[in-house]
Amino acid sequence: MMKDLVSIKDITREQIDSILSTAASFKAVLRRDIKKVPALRGKTVVNLFFEPSTRTKTSFELAEKRLSTDVINFSVPTSSVVKGETLLDTVRTIESYGVDYIVIRHSSSGVPHFIANNTQASVVNAGDGTNEHPTQALLDAFSILDKKETLDGLKIAIVGDVHHSRVAKSNIYLFSNFASEIRLVGPPTLVPEFKNYKLNYFNKIEDGIEGADVVMMLRIQSERMTRGFFPSTLEYANLWGLNASRLKLADRNAIVMHPGPMNRGIEISSDVADSDQSIILEQVTNGLAVRMAIIYLLGRHYEQ
Amino acid sequence: MSNRLVLKGCRIVDVSQNIDSTGDIVIDNGKVSDLVLNKAGSKSSYPGAEIIDVSGLLAMPGFVDMHTHLREPGFEHKETIETGTLAAIKGGFTSVCPMPNTNPVNDNPTVTTFIIKRAMKRGSCSVYPIGSITKGQNGEELAEMGMMLEAGCVAFSDDGKPVMNALVMKRALEYSKVFGVPLISHCEDMSLTANGVMNEGSLATLLGLEGIPRSSEELIVSRDIMLAGYAEARLHIAHVSTRGSVELIRLAKARGVQVTAETCPHYFTITEDAVSGYNTDAKVNPPLRCAEDISAIKEGLKDGTIDVIATDHAPHHADEKLLEFDRAPSGISGLETALSLSLKLVEEGILSYPDLCRKISYAPSEILGLGRGTLKKGACADIAIIDTQKKFVVSKDRFLSKGKNTPFENMELKGMPVAVVVKGKYINILEL
Repeated sequence: MMKDLVSIKDITREQIDSILSTAASFKAVLRRDIKKVPALRGKTVVNLFFEPSTRTKTSFELAEKRLSTDVINFSVPTSSVVKGETLLDTVRTIESYGVDYIVIRHSSSGVPHFIANNTQASVVNAGDGTNEHPTQALLDAFSILDKKETLDGLKIAIVGDVHHSRVAKSNIYLFSNFASEIRLVGPPTLVPEFKNYKLNYFNKIEDGIEGADVVMMLRIQSERMTRGFFPSTLEYANLWGLNASRLKLADRNAIVMHPGPMNRGIEISSDVADSDQSIILEQVTNGLAVRMAIIYLLGRHYEQ
Repeated sequence: MSNRLVLKGCRIVDVSQNIDSTGDIVIDNGKVSDLVLNKAGSKSSYPGAEIIDVSGLLAMPGFVDMHTHLREPGFEHKETIETGTLAAIKGGFTSVCPMPNTNPVNDNPTVTTFIIKRAMKRGSCSVYPIGSITKGQNGEELAEMGMMLEAGCVAFSDDGKPVMNALVMKRALEYSKVFGVPLISHCEDMSLTANGVMNEGSLATLLGLEGIPRSSEELIVSRDIMLAGYAEARLHIAHVSTRGSVELIRLAKARGVQVTAETCPHYFTITEDAVSGYNTDAKVNPPLRCAEDISAIKEGLKDGTIDVIATDHAPHHADEKLLEFDRAPSGISGLETALSLSLKLVEEGILSYPDLCRKISYAPSEILGLGRGTLKKGACADIAIIDTQKKFVVSKDRFLSKGKNTPFENMELKGMPVAVVVKGKYINILEL
């Protein structure tokens, strides 16, 4: 296994399979009465969050505790530069604590790469700028596998603000390892072109989700509106929001996903979010098992 | 007699006199007094002179960099006039034109005078400051162009940013006609650049970085061409990076607009791929573009659309480049690699040596009216002596500039300046 998980682009299909099957074992552990395993007792993890986060941080912290690691939370709500420190100073400071893992979230793309190149610790990217969110993509894949039993031969529609979505990007890179059709759906202002990736592009949601097995909705942020990416949340909801009648265009057994937090009534209607087809809460549960698997497997490089 | 210096047996390329032949350069009291061509006069021809054998080497008029950032006053941690001019002569440049984005901005004759005095005291080569077009480079009110010219400025630019208000730019062009000097335009539509940090396109998407579209540059190139054409004023386009800009400038020249243009070695050498891995040393504004832009820029250099190769030498402190990609400052430390990178164009058959002499020496001097870039009798003896065959590997640790920010680290290059003559004084670069 590799030292770091900073980008889905860096990992192979075999490594993805290995993470997903390990996650399945940890999911079984999480169903037990005693949910903790001693696997990484004595190892130390720093959660280095330069950007506010509740969900991802909680998920990581719980996963780390379930593996019996010692957890330190190092929350820095601003960039290093604001403090007059270089990023390298920050990394060296953290490293001086003698940590084994650094879980990093940062508002600037590329920071986990920089840190990974400058530390002996294993680095896990918990979201960098508008670049990637690899653990979310792996938990999405795990959740799909749970329902569809394979990641091949599916029609996967990703709908919304792909441009600013690190979740969408990691998912695109992940599913490109499998023989599934990836569809990107949204207005051209929010859906960029990915050269060298085989993707299908749709402006209209009706066309994009027709016959889809997986409909992945992305969170729309209202600050994008003021910068002219789309006119209003009302228009967005009207043109690209997923509602019950649109969902009928997808495959009968289609599942609906969302990385959260949802804007109910904007990108997804409440009846869809709460329907039997929605696996949104299962994604959260699966996140724990997948993050346990990732940290557990990255730890292997020390033993070798 | 001890003031006579003879450079013996070199290939002399001086496009100002249509010279490309072997010979000796005779220098008396800091001025070129004679070029002895094809005859290779024997040692006895120059009794009492200091004779330096430069046979097998190429001599050209010292290079003129019309786009340099020396950072002083205000940013001495990045570069000083002393270190910047040392880096210049190491690169074969004997004249440099520092841009006004210092602190304070060179928008008044006091700052201009400070730079010139400092250069006389600490500088290793000639320094011709460029004043700002607008006060504080704020793009609103015109700076004191007339008084800055009297103090020694040679042109005006708000480089680092555009004059975004078209009316202000129009007035500045009209006003500049009093003096006949060009306005140098940093072409960038800030509303299109927005938060962009690299070339817009698929690579930016794959890196999760905001893009700067080519149209950000091309809109202001076309706007300023129109304004200059209308005002019948002189315009110089700085750091051309896109195919579209080359085409616009070619068209404008054909229509008789008084426009000249420059590009920089990084825009004809490397593409946006250099940014991969979030290499902040490859972060530059305008951003590195793509292969098609490189070919268009080479074509533009070849057919004369692009008049000048300038460095846009933009040194930064290493700590500043060690930041997040989107927060790191833009710029490449370029003085010490410019010639070697430009020699690749000769190797590729895009430019001849006389063409290169024109782009990097004669044309910038002519555009700014400096009277340099020539080895005519009586000219200031500024000479670059080049070993066109010498191979070396770029090592930022060897830079004399304080700015070690180069995307060319570890690149093997062929050809480098080995000596310069600055105002008649011979300097062995290899000993610097």
